[in-house]
Amino acid sequence: MVDPRRTALYETHQALGASCIDFGGWEMPVQYSGIVDEHRAVREACGLFDISHMGELMVGGARAAEFLDHALTNTASKLDVGDAQYSLMCNDRGGVLDDLYVYRIAKEVYLLVVNASRIAEDLAELQRLVAEFESTRTVNVVDESDNLSAVAVQGPHVNRFVSQLFTMSGLIAVERPTALEKNQIDAFIFEGKDVYVSRTGYTGQDGFELIAPNEIITILWERLMELGSDHGIKPAGLGARDTLRMEMGYPLYGHELSEGVSPLEAGLGFFVDMEKSFRGRGELGFQKKEGVTRRNMAFAMTAKSPPPREGYTVWIGDEEIGVVTSGTQSPSLQTGIGMAYINQPHAKRGTEIEIEIRGRRFPAELRKKPLYQKT
Amino acid sequence: MSSIPDNLKYTASHEWIRIEGDTAVVGITDHAQAELTDIVYVELPEVGRTLAVGEGCGVVESVKTASDLYAPIAGEITEINSALEDAPEQVNESPYDEGWFFKLKLSGEPDLSGALDAAGYASQIGES
Repeated sequence: MVDPRRTALYETHQALGASCIDFGGWEMPVQYSGIVDEHRAVREACGLFDISHMGELMVGGARAAEFLDHALTNTASKLDVGDAQYSLMCNDRGGVLDDLYVYRIAKEVYLLVVNASRIAEDLAELQRLVAEFESTRTVNVVDESDNLSAVAVQGPHVNRFVSQLFTMSGLIAVERPTALEKNQIDAFIFEGKDVYVSRTGYTGQDGFELIAPNEIITILWERLMELGSDHGIKPAGLGARDTLRMEMGYPLYGHELSEGVSPLEAGLGFFVDMEKSFRGRGELGFQKKEGVTRRNMAFAMTAKSPPPREGYTVWIGDEEIGVVTSGTQSPSLQTGIGMAYINQPHAKRGTEIEIEIRGRRFPAELRKKPLYQKT
Repeated sequence: MSSIPDNLKYTASHEWIRIEGDTAVVGITDHAQAELTDIVYVELPEVGRTLAVGEGCGVVESVKTASDLYAPIAGEITEINSALEDAPEQVNESPYDEGWFFKLKLSGEPDLSGALDAAGYASQIGES
C-alpha cells in the first residue's frame, strides 16, 4: 500500500479543520463544516474546492486536433481557441477508459483535464495512440499533473468577485473571467504566472475552475477566500462535490463509468460524434443501431427510506432490473436520490421501481436528469 | 473538543451508556455524530429483541455513509426513540439527550467491564 499523495493545499485544509479521505490515491478533504452546509453554500452562495488531484495532459502539435478527433468521442477539431468540451476516451470495445474535459488553449495546443485515478492509464493510452496515429511524432502528449494544481469556485455569488483576482485582461480573448461564456477558457496573470480560468464545473451552478502552478495555488486559494468572504464563500470537500454532482446526474468514473460500460449506456451519446472515425466507433455504431441493453438513469425515492447507496439492487416486482451506481440523501431535495444501470426495456422516465436496502424494498421512480432544477 | 460527560460509560465503537436502575439508555457520542455529520436516517432494533454485547442492532446513516450500531451492553429492548424516525438530526443536535437511541432492560447487575469511562474514551479518540 503506497501512502496517499497530498496536494499543495494539504496544509491549508488541515488549518481549516478538514477531515480527509483517500480518493484515487490522494488524501483529500471530504468535508470542513459538514457536507450539507457546504452543499447549501454552493447552491445558494459560493463554495471553494481543491481539485488539484485531477490530471492535466497537454496535447500539442500540428496534427493535435486531428489526433484528438481520432482518440476521443467528441470532436476537438470543432473547438475554437478558448473553447472547451466534455469528451470520452474509449477502448476498442467502446468501453470508457476515462471521461475528461478538452480545452483548446492555442491553435495547436489542447489541455485535457482527466480523472486523478486515470492519469497513468490515459497517458500511456494516448502515447500508444500517437505512435499508432503517425510515424513522424509531430503530436506530443505531456503530463503536467505534477506541476499544476487546481481549484473550483462554484455558486451563484462567484461572478460578484472572481474577476477581482486579476488586474490584466486574458491572454486569449476576454477582458475578465466573468466575460467568459460557459465552456470557455482564458489565461490570466496572477503573481507573475499564467492561471487558466474556465467557466466550467461539476456542481450544476455557475462557476469557474482555475488551474495554476503548484507554487501559487495557496495564495490563489487564500485570495479567493478573502474576496469571497463578503459573499458567503465556504471551503467545500469531496462529500459536497459528490452530492452536488449526483443531484445533476453527472457521472463519476469508477461508479457510472468504467471500461465495461459504453458512453451510450451511460446516457452520454450527446458527447459521441458518430459522424467521424474514432477509437471504439465500431462497437458504438453497432450499439446505436441495435439499441443498448441497459442505460444509466437517475432516480428518486418516493417514500421515506434509508439513503440509496452504490451496489443496491433495483427491482420491478420479482424481476431484478438493475443496480445502483451512486446514491445519497439529496440535501436540496431532502429525499434519497441516485443513479442506476437499468436493464431495457425498463429504462424509461416515470417507471416505478424498488430499491433493496438491507433486505427490505423501498419505492422509487426513474427521473429525468438533472434531478435538481435551479429555481 | 467534543463533549464527553463524566456520568456515562463509553465503547470504542462510539456508543454511550447511561444506567438508570435496571435500565440502560444507549446512544452515540458527540464525537461520533461530529465525525458522521448530517445524520439522515437511523434504523433501530425492535422492542422485545434481546441483545448480546457487541451484537449489531441498527444502522446510522449520514449523507456520506452508513455505519453499524452495536449493543454496548446485554439486555432486552424496552423502548426505542421513535422521534428519530422523523427527526434524525436530533442525534447531531443533542447526542446525549434528545438523540438517545434505545433503552435496554438489564438481566442483572450491569456488566460494564468492557466499557470505558469518560477519560478512557477521551484517550481513545485522542482528546485526552
